[in-house]
Amino acid sequence: MKIGVYVCHCGGNISDVVDVEKVAEFASKQPDVTVVRSISHMCSESGQKAIIDDVNEYNLDRVVVAACSPQFQGETFKKAVSKAGLNPHMVVMANIREQSAWPHYEEPEKATEKAKILTAMAIEKIRRAKPVERETLKMGKNVLVIGGGIAGIQASLDLANAGFNVYLVEKKPSIGGHMAQLSRTFPTEDCASCILSPKMADVAENPNIHLMTYSEILEVSGSVGNFRVRILKKPKYVDEDKCTACNKCTEVCPVSVPDEFNLGMTMRKAIYLPSSVAVPHSHVIDEDACLGLRPLACGLCSEVCEANAINYDEMPQYVNLKVDTIIVATGFDIFNALLKPQYGYHKYRNVITALEMERIIVEMAEGHLIRDVGKDVAFIQCVGSRDAQVGNLYCSRICCMYATKLASLLKRADPSREVYVFYTDLRAYGKGFEEYYRTAQELGVKFIRGRPGELMEDPESHKVVVRVEDTLTRKIIEKEFDLVVLSVGLVPSEGTKEIAEILKLPRSSDGFIKEAHPKFRPVDTPVDGIFVAGTAQGPKDIPDTVAQASAAAARAMSLMNKGEYEMSPIKAFVDEGKCDGCGLCVDACPVDAIKVVNKAEVNVGICKGCGSCISSCPRDAIDLKIFSNDEIMAEIEMALKDKGKGEKRIIMFADDMCTYTLADGVGTAKLRYDSNVYIIRVPSSSRVTPNMMIRAFEMGADGIFLGECEEAVSPYPETLKVIEENVKKAREALRNAGIEEERIQYSPFVTVMFKKFVNLANKMVKIADKYGEIPEEKRRKLRVLEVVYDD
Amino acid sequence: MMTEIMQVKEKNVKLHKKIEELSGEIVTLCEQCGICTTSCPMADEMDITPAGIMRLSQIGDEEVLKSKAIWICASCFTCTVRCPRGIDLAKVTEALRQITLRKNIDYIDFNDIKDELSQLPAIAVVSALRKFTG
Repeated sequence: MKIGVYVCHCGGNISDVVDVEKVAEFASKQPDVTVVRSISHMCSESGQKAIIDDVNEYNLDRVVVAACSPQFQGETFKKAVSKAGLNPHMVVMANIREQSAWPHYEEPEKATEKAKILTAMAIEKIRRAKPVERETLKMGKNVLVIGGGIAGIQASLDLANAGFNVYLVEKKPSIGGHMAQLSRTFPTEDCASCILSPKMADVAENPNIHLMTYSEILEVSGSVGNFRVRILKKPKYVDEDKCTACNKCTEVCPVSVPDEFNLGMTMRKAIYLPSSVAVPHSHVIDEDACLGLRPLACGLCSEVCEANAINYDEMPQYVNLKVDTIIVATGFDIFNALLKPQYGYHKYRNVITALEMERIIVEMAEGHLIRDVGKDVAFIQCVGSRDAQVGNLYCSRICCMYATKLASLLKRADPSREVYVFYTDLRAYGKGFEEYYRTAQELGVKFIRGRPGELMEDPESHKVVVRVEDTLTRKIIEKEFDLVVLSVGLVPSEGTKEIAEILKLPRSSDGFIKEAHPKFRPVDTPVDGIFVAGTAQGPKDIPDTVAQASAAAARAMSLMNKGEYEMSPIKAFVDEGKCDGCGLCVDACPVDAIKVVNKAEVNVGICKGCGSCISSCPRDAIDLKIFSNDEIMAEIEMALKDKGKGEKRIIMFADDMCTYTLADGVGTAKLRYDSNVYIIRVPSSSRVTPNMMIRAFEMGADGIFLGECEEAVSPYPETLKVIEENVKKAREALRNAGIEEERIQYSPFVTVMFKKFVNLANKMVKIADKYGEIPEEKRRKLRVLEVVYDD
Repeated sequence: MMTEIMQVKEKNVKLHKKIEELSGEIVTLCEQCGICTTSCPMADEMDITPAGIMRLSQIGDEEVLKSKAIWICASCFTCTVRCPRGIDLAKVTEALRQITLRKNIDYIDFNDIKDELSQLPAIAVVSALRKFTG
């Protein structure tokens, strides 16, 4: 083994504080070190060239660069060693800038000592490192889009037009979703179905889109690049290709049932066209209502069908697909107004929901009067939104504007009408929204700031009395209305909940699907290869939904377009010689990436590389690449080696995403913290096993700190629980050896908690000072106190 | 009538803190939707509406302590079960009453009604003791 060590001056950033020559001299005495150089700018062209030349001249097989943070220049040096013909993982950086020169700039001697140790840690880590092969997955061009509302339609069209193969699965007999039910769209007042139906037709005509309506996802297994999907295609009993939608069947059908498209306000036949703009434009038989099925008792529709499209014997079909990526566009349901009984929905005949109002307006425009709207109309806002009493704390974002739209349409249709909107806060945040609100006010719509407690019906006239505090005048006002419209909020649809369950997607506290990162990965889900678009992710209006759908399509394309997908090399792996197939790791894995077939097997497509499984294994059979037990133990050993008498050393494990980045930030801001804190980079502190902590104390650690991402921003689910459990076990061992438990601490972080980081780092040293030196015999006791697991 | 200008001073901040401390509720959570007022069976009798009481409590306006409304409150809890912010308004109203009660002033002297005592309904005596003695 031949190691080259390169100490960077960083143009004075490091060398003004740290004596780089001393660090270089110290490094040259470490085992297997063949070449040591100190160079002004390692990241420069000439710095990188020095590495490449030395690899060629001295046959180096491993490299250590003592410079800045690996988060900053890690990729640069990986590329440099690759160019030199080495495995890209054959380089480790010692972060002597952000972790030594900068935070300890007032103590150059201590900073130099710390830089030496950080370099020694890196040298020992690279000595024990194993080459990691680049793992790629073959990616095809097949996408499953779940849900045929505007989000699913937009995503499908974008993907299909870019040459990808799209399977669009919709539960209902027609695509179009809620948008197809709407009257007009705010703030432009375009007719919703007029702008939507050309897009629906495009879906039907696009050769790259395989449309499956009246179909449900039953099961999804596998992972990115290889999702296996099982779909149930329910029988329509009408051949989509033959049906001409002549409507003769509907005319003769004797069975009438409530029409769900009109929310049950009108009736439809058992054989029906889902809507006038339905795609596929074909009739369908409602098998629960039809008299013609099993046994055949009617058969009238079949007799009149000239196209011969009706087949009473059609059976459910099961379709199996293999797709590379999935887009979830399962949409919303409206809030169930029955859950607010004080508003009398379904009890008072003149209380309806806003979606019903949409249908009434559409039907009215087409000449069908579903019901009389009357003169005076009230809208009640925030029904089922912003309401702790029903558990929905969120704002549904669209109700202010749809109520403004419906109120404007009603007022314009009949200016003598009195239209009131009872609101709590009016949110007109989008492009053109404020202007639209103003237009409604100009029309004479009255916006009253107050939330009615309950509605009362006049038993004779069936008019509804709204009693509300006008909170701006502090007067209680009462007014009778012909119709009250409840502006119901949005809730995750049943389909969204089911699909989240099937795909194992986490949902946020509001019940909508959680994104991988709320700021930077807003259309990615935490599961690789699965994206989310539209109201499945949270309430939003049509433009936002369309934008998000296009974004999800673009994210899916960028994953598939290269034809291969390079996985993060940090993955769990199993030592088959040690594994006895007990399955404890299966339960420990938060993303279900492990299964046991005789021995544990890791699905690298699913594994996110957190390392939560490692501490669950009683036989040390599961480990993590790049951050293996051996490599981390090497760093711990070197951090504690040659510790002088009376010296204190704290080991801080820092998760890469939050704590390590935070430590870099603290260093960059030149905030001082105790130089006796040594940071070890891990993907997640959940991979630090209890035994690792115990060994560290045995070898001389005076305190251990574990930093981890706060749950909300963490790339890995549920790691804090694992850390808590591991810390508990390690503390117990300390207690049994007579060592203070307080010496192990952990905390969640986000990357901006500079003060908290400094305070906690210093606190660890204070705790060590408070309790003093750990006597040698107590440390020796730890040797026999390894955590034993019960299988 | 001219518009009154209220100077917000330290004492107002203190009163707001006191109300939160006694009630255990965060009154600043109130978004002033007024659902409490329209749900309140006694609102018609009150000089300040329940939502108004919440508003004055947020600012720490001493007017709230002088209001009759806090004594008219029947503690029926309808406001509490309807508040979309999940505030227990009944607790806030009770805190406001407590601030007055804890001043230790007796508004009735028990000796004055000694003779009528046997004729008075027991519940009225209990209420009187609770409300009018410190």
